[in-house]
Amino acid sequence: MHKEVYSICFMCTVRCPIKVTVEDGAVRWIEGNPHQLKGALCAKGSAGTALLNDSERLRYPMIRVGARGEGRWKRVSWEEALAYSAEKLQEVISKHGPESVVFGERQNLNTHLSKTFMRALGSPNHYTHDALCKGSVNTAFRTLTGYTDAQVTIDYANCKHIVLYGRNIFESLELKPIQALMDAMEKGSRITYIDTRATITASKAHRFWLIRPGTDLALNYALMNVILRENLYDETYVNRWVSGLNELRGFVEAMTPEWAEEETGIPAEEIVALAREISRDKPQVVFHYGYRGANHTNEIYFRRSIIMLNALMGSIESKGGLIIKKTAKDAGYGAFAKLVDQEGLPKPKAPRFDGVGGDLLPICDPAHGVGQQLPLAILKEQPYPIKAAISYRFDPLLSIPDYNQNKRAFDKLDFILTIDVNFSETAWYSDVVLPESMYLERSDSLQMADGPRPTIYMRRQCVPPRYDTKPYWEIIKLLAENLGVGKFFPYNTIEDIWNYQLKDMGIPLEKFEAKGFVALSDKPIIWDRKDGIKFKTPSGKIEFISSLMEEKGFASLEPYQSPSAPPEGMFRLTVGRNAVHTHVSTQNNPYLNELVPTNVLWINTVEAAKLGISDGQYVEVSSDQGWGRIKAFVTDLIHPEAVFMLHGFGRQVPVTTRCYNKGASDTALQKNITDMVGGSPGLHDTFVRVRPA
Amino acid sequence: MSEYYLFHDSSKCIGCLSCEVHCKENKRLPVGPRLCRVMTVGPKMVGGLPKVDFIFMPCFHCERPWCVAACPTGAMQKRAEDGIVFVNEELCVGCKACMRACPWGVPQWNPETGKAVKCDYCKDRVDKGLEPACVAKCVTKCLHFGRPEQMVDSRRERHAKAMAAVGWEVTLRQPTAPASKPRKPPVRKQAE
Ligand code: SF4
Ligand code: SF4
Ligand code: SF4
Repeated sequence: MHKEVYSICFMCTVRCPIKVTVEDGAVRWIEGNPHQLKGALCAKGSAGTALLNDSERLRYPMIRVGARGEGRWKRVSWEEALAYSAEKLQEVISKHGPESVVFGERQNLNTHLSKTFMRALGSPNHYTHDALCKGSVNTAFRTLTGYTDAQVTIDYANCKHIVLYGRNIFESLELKPIQALMDAMEKGSRITYIDTRATITASKAHRFWLIRPGTDLALNYALMNVILRENLYDETYVNRWVSGLNELRGFVEAMTPEWAEEETGIPAEEIVALAREISRDKPQVVFHYGYRGANHTNEIYFRRSIIMLNALMGSIESKGGLIIKKTAKDAGYGAFAKLVDQEGLPKPKAPRFDGVGGDLLPICDPAHGVGQQLPLAILKEQPYPIKAAISYRFDPLLSIPDYNQNKRAFDKLDFILTIDVNFSETAWYSDVVLPESMYLERSDSLQMADGPRPTIYMRRQCVPPRYDTKPYWEIIKLLAENLGVGKFFPYNTIEDIWNYQLKDMGIPLEKFEAKGFVALSDKPIIWDRKDGIKFKTPSGKIEFISSLMEEKGFASLEPYQSPSAPPEGMFRLTVGRNAVHTHVSTQNNPYLNELVPTNVLWINTVEAAKLGISDGQYVEVSSDQGWGRIKAFVTDLIHPEAVFMLHGFGRQVPVTTRCYNKGASDTALQKNITDMVGGSPGLHDTFVRVRPA
Repeated sequence: MSEYYLFHDSSKCIGCLSCEVHCKENKRLPVGPRLCRVMTVGPKMVGGLPKVDFIFMPCFHCERPWCVAACPTGAMQKRAEDGIVFVNEELCVGCKACMRACPWGVPQWNPETGKAVKCDYCKDRVDKGLEPACVAKCVTKCLHFGRPEQMVDSRRERHAKAMAAVGWEVTLRQPTAPASKPRKPPVRKQAE
């Protein structure tokens, strides 16, 4: 039996559309959906078959019998696991109130179900991993435009010049943007890449600046200085859509390219050259706003400066620039429905555990929360005791900086529940583990992908589950039923959920069969640049002086502070990704582990020589938080103040045998410190000592 | 040489190694054998910019294949109709003679079957009119499979397009940006 199924990949959160060939009940071949990706797929996407067949993923429900993290488990039935979990959660709730339960997940198609579940329990404490990745990007966008970063996209295909700050676009692999950018480059588009080391993206760029770590903001202020002094900005656009230009002008006046050269190490004349060059191509230019680059406790100002540069170029809502994503409504359809919007769902009264929306983090996005506050809130019991943590396809122990502190915090919990496909560090430390079917074995809620052409995608089950696993939409409903709140999950099958989501749109499910998706508009919807851009700020403009910030007592423009250089023998720890692995979830995949089995420490040649470290030698890396042992990669092409390692290695779960104890863990080294305006963690705010091991 | 040509446009390659996995997925290979490899050279500074080179290494399907000559059982064969060099698994006894003979380390060991396995241009797919797995799913579409004469033309075409886009002068001088020489690092400031 041969069949072809359109679905959605889920080896990473990009969720590319795929076409899966199934032969005699087994997945034979996965390719990118030919209607959108020319069939292309990344290594992770093809390694989906290796995950499907992996016996080291979670295979059946388990209840812990030994001490936490000892690895002694009892295999139990779904009934027993769910009843036991409900009993434990009930205990915590009756003793400490519903807000003592916290739910964390990596944003996914079923997030509306998780939020429904927490609301039904009466807890405000749902958070996603988003803040860890880009909390300050989100906040920066809202302070300037009223939209989150997730509501904006980039028109790579028509962009003539793109500036990337540590945005390692060719190693962070999103298929559609890469293909569009490659095509644009063939037509003459240029890339300027700024980073503290030479990545593959640097090797494809037309201009590369090796910048002193933490000084990206100084560079941007100098660019603004040149742009305003030489009138290189898009005057018509700025006059119509920007407020606060004069304040900015005064603010950047003293921040000359010469001043920035001292800070960044980038020659002043080259800064001037970029400002002039890029303004020639405006508005079809992009200063990319995400996601690495300088990650420090003042990140909000760095992200705002990037978005302001786009505004000066008139590139927000422009062909070849940034485009505000359009919704089903913009395309003339009814709204896409979410279960969390159903009537009668309680609105929890307690404040959030992370302080979002309260005094601590007043302007961060409550839709995502600020996850790295979790261990701090548990340890300090502030604003109240937290006693149970549920994690769904998210590994807080390994994703939140300071692994050892995270463990100390989790030790204080009465109940830890994990729902996942992989044996994560958090699963290993849990009291109950509920295994989810992997994405080829399940259908999920529909994906409403807003964009210039809003499109709905469908993940469809390709093969039956190989082990004793269930899809999440079923797991969460069963758990809710065991807790007496099942009435908020009014469905029995995935089709019921799909029909609910589409109830106001008039799109029959059959329409997904032909291509796996339904586009709601034939042409990109771009608003009229003269009068049609619907900024969602109080003034309807891009607010350089942000009413959101000023109202809460934050300055819109903060004087620049030079980052300190590390003391002798120490380095600023920087982290990032490569093309083969997704965050912390693929290191044990047989195929992907074979390609990149471990991480190495990039260190500058001159600095390495001073410390007596040669290429390939083992070194010990340590910080106030922890330490690791890793091989050195000695190169001229990293700034002498920085060292770099890939995220997600140094794993401590013995049953994931392929990645166990390979390389060093960045999480163990990093301190948990946050940009208290924007919400991102200061991932680059840790100094480490390096010595030969 | 086989009648086919697998062209790798390394200027568009991003070294993502996806093609290696596409190949393994198609052949359902265990961990160990890697039938095509993307070898990364660099980064190193060239003309003021960091450069990384990628070398794509499948089998070359040689005109006079050493592996075929070395194989004592006749398992390693060259297809008469198109010159594809492949292993007939049934005849392979796992003696590894081909692995020793090939100057480029192309034939691989499959620990699951105890036999040699190598790139056969995905002849099962090619015979169905499909592209080899690595080519079909390459992330940047920088791998091309076809007849040598077509490949040459497509390169010329690409070059011509690039010229038209940016003009002769620029193309000949790529990259044009003033080279950034990372200067001596600024004086160390007071530590935290
Ligand atoms: S980028 Fe790769 S892993 Fe991520 S969704 Fe796309 S194919 Fe899957
Ligand atoms: S898939 Fe394509 S872009 Fe990626 S390494 Fe292979 S040849 Fe290069
Ligand atoms: S395996 Fe080696 S010797 Fe044999 S055809 Fe391929 S490249 Fe030539």
